[in-house]
Amino acid sequence: MSTEGLSRRRLLGTGGTAAVAGVAGVAVGATTAGALALRGNAVTDDSAAAGAPGATTPSPALALDAAIPFRGVHQAGIVTPAQDRLHFVALDVVTKDPAQLRGLLEAWTRAAERMTVGAEAAPGGLVGGGPNRAPEDTGEAYGLPASGLTITIGYGPSLFDERFGLAAKKPAALKELPAFAGDQLDPRRTGGDLCIQACANDPQVAVHAVRNLIRLGFGVVAVRWSQLGFGRTSSTSTAQATPRNLFGFKDGTNNLKAEQPEDLAQHVWVAKDDERTGGAWMAGGSYLVARRIRMHIEVWDRTPLQEQEDIIGRDKKEGAPLGQAKEFDALDFAKKGPDGATAIPVDAHVRLAHASRLGGIRILRRGYNFTDGSDGVGHLDAGLFFLAFMRDPEKQFVPMQRALAKADVLNEYIEHNGSAVFACPPGLAEGEHWGQALFA
Amino acid sequence: MSRRALRTVTPLALTLIAGLGLGACTDKADSNGATGGATAAGGPIIVNATDTACELSATTAKAGTITFEVTNRGTKVNEFYVYAEGDRIVGEVENITPGLKRELKVEVTQPGSLTTACKPGMVGDGIRGTFTVTGSATAGSADQKVATAIADYKAFVATQTDELLTGTAAFVAAVKAGDVARAKELYPTARLPWETIEPVAESFGDLDPRIDGREDVVEDGMTFTGYHRLEKDLWVSGLQKDSNAVAEQLLADVREIAAKSKTVEPTALTIAGGAKALLDEVATGKVTGEEERYSHTDLWDFRGNLQGSQSALETLRPVVAERDPALQKALDARFAALNKLLESHRVAGTFVSYEKLSDADIKALTVSLDALSEQVAKVPGVVEAK
Repeated sequence: MSTEGLSRRRLLGTGGTAAVAGVAGVAVGATTAGALALRGNAVTDDSAAAGAPGATTPSPALALDAAIPFRGVHQAGIVTPAQDRLHFVALDVVTKDPAQLRGLLEAWTRAAERMTVGAEAAPGGLVGGGPNRAPEDTGEAYGLPASGLTITIGYGPSLFDERFGLAAKKPAALKELPAFAGDQLDPRRTGGDLCIQACANDPQVAVHAVRNLIRLGFGVVAVRWSQLGFGRTSSTSTAQATPRNLFGFKDGTNNLKAEQPEDLAQHVWVAKDDERTGGAWMAGGSYLVARRIRMHIEVWDRTPLQEQEDIIGRDKKEGAPLGQAKEFDALDFAKKGPDGATAIPVDAHVRLAHASRLGGIRILRRGYNFTDGSDGVGHLDAGLFFLAFMRDPEKQFVPMQRALAKADVLNEYIEHNGSAVFACPPGLAEGEHWGQALFA
Repeated sequence: MSRRALRTVTPLALTLIAGLGLGACTDKADSNGATGGATAAGGPIIVNATDTACELSATTAKAGTITFEVTNRGTKVNEFYVYAEGDRIVGEVENITPGLKRELKVEVTQPGSLTTACKPGMVGDGIRGTFTVTGSATAGSADQKVATAIADYKAFVATQTDELLTGTAAFVAAVKAGDVARAKELYPTARLPWETIEPVAESFGDLDPRIDGREDVVEDGMTFTGYHRLEKDLWVSGLQKDSNAVAEQLLADVREIAAKSKTVEPTALTIAGGAKALLDEVATGKVTGEEERYSHTDLWDFRGNLQGSQSALETLRPVVAERDPALQKALDARFAALNKLLESHRVAGTFVSYEKLSDADIKALTVSLDALSEQVAKVPGVVEAK
């Protein structure tokens, strides 16, 4: 692949560039076309990356442009290093013919695998069809590097209704989320039969991927809703710096990380015995919860620093838990401040969301900041597009969100207005395609 | 009228784009070698592809079926392409994993120069070479099916223009008689044939805006005339002092365009392109409720555009069915689906007002239209000269 191309992401200049280098221990499986992938990175993907034997340290600049293996034990885009840009789309199946859906999932696999190495969605997609055909690739990513593109697919609960004969394949853990106190869900931003999460370090690459997959799907699927994210709000690797959300705070400091395979096995990946009947195909997969959280940033920005820090439970500059000095210091919920009250207030976000308060529950967060223009009354329509992966939403996200919905002071500044849950199947081995296990 | 009418319109009567006489047939299965057929003398051309080289056992062949046997001896997934001028693909095989051998057959009927390329890693321009085709061309016999399609389409246009003239004459008579109710009743069906042959009519530059221009797209120096001016009079402003004159001019213009339309010489490509353009009209003007903003009879125009597109492709059916039967099947299924959906909005013989459609109705129509349009867009590539 071409390595000389500068990604637009890098031209814009960002911090944290070096942080992606050397993502040792990312638990992805075999690579494919992947001699190209993560060239030289010390990825534990066995020796399948033929032609890239040397585990030399790449130049930091290269990493953002590099390809991430499409195939593996798990789908890419979950514990692979969180990229900076997101285009997410939820789709409804509009055909009644299961064969068409199956055919589309196969066509999507081919196009997705091609695009993740930086190739056109179809061979010769730019001009190869000649003057009389509409080009098979839309073209806007031509010449851009792979940019770390990952394309992750998920199936919503509604896919398993009577339409496609999949009812018996529905995993027991895949259920619509219950209503939470304070939810302001907009039906036009909620649900979906399928989802595609495209993440990349160049926004144009992510949008190109989603656009071309949608195009392949006309007549079989239709867009239900879609969301752009312009900046990651989580790290999924210890090599990545913790980013900030639109409240200006470091977010996801205690997130699950790729380097913690035992925690991932416990909290993120569906285990073999989790589904004993029709949902057995989910082993190695993960459940995705998506929530569009509008932030009333204008109100937040008028809030005094101390109040902001008390609401979150961390200091703004370092991201250290209140009462501590460093970002990664352990949270001490008992420690008292000078005033005699606990340093971390009883209703602080970090306390309510902490595993110790929730019976050990943890999730892998992979959300993005968004602004979708303005709301028509003088404010930005901004917030957090919350994405989280987990082994069982009912045991993880649901109790966590119930606790937060009930008591979190942050609720005065946020509003959940979109919601969806999807079952993301395990990764694909060589020669496999999406939907194969589902329709087997 | 379309937005397109404001730009330079590609006339329907284009000449056939000269083809290079190329076609490809990829044997997708792994291959153990040549499988017979009219391969170039000396058997298949052996291609050794590595991560850095693309070696062919021969770089010239006689016109006919040329077989390439591509072996990936490198470490990266490879692809092999045969290009004509402008990187137009004559044939390609993709996903040749390391160690795999795959076969590509291309049909070349004209002597000339081609380009071969291996693309290790699937990206970039690949490792290229020139490939020369020699020998006499197999004379491309004129495709009788295409000739029949053209004759059929001309007959369709003639029928529609006759109906347009008859319907418009009755509509104009009602306007001139001051019979507003009758004129409103006749308006959508008088226009219907126009909507079936819009791409043909649009090829006559100044007539189209005079007949079908919308108030917001009438260019500087022109007056707002034609169907939509009368639509506004009938539904909004009431008949004006010059309504009769506008009506008379409309009839004269329609008479002129009807005569001219019958002289158009279509090609397979322009028929196919017109079928796509009609659906684009629906997408940008009808399903949005823009075209008939006073009468809200947009679903009638939708009907006309859809019927025109389907009729045009019906003339090409023998060609498409022969060259790409799967596409013809998809076209049939998706025309049927959209027709059924559209007809569900007809009550007692007439289409409901656009204003009666819910957001969900409009989305369902748009989804079905997108599904059809993606398939219709493939037809030009199938019917182009081989």
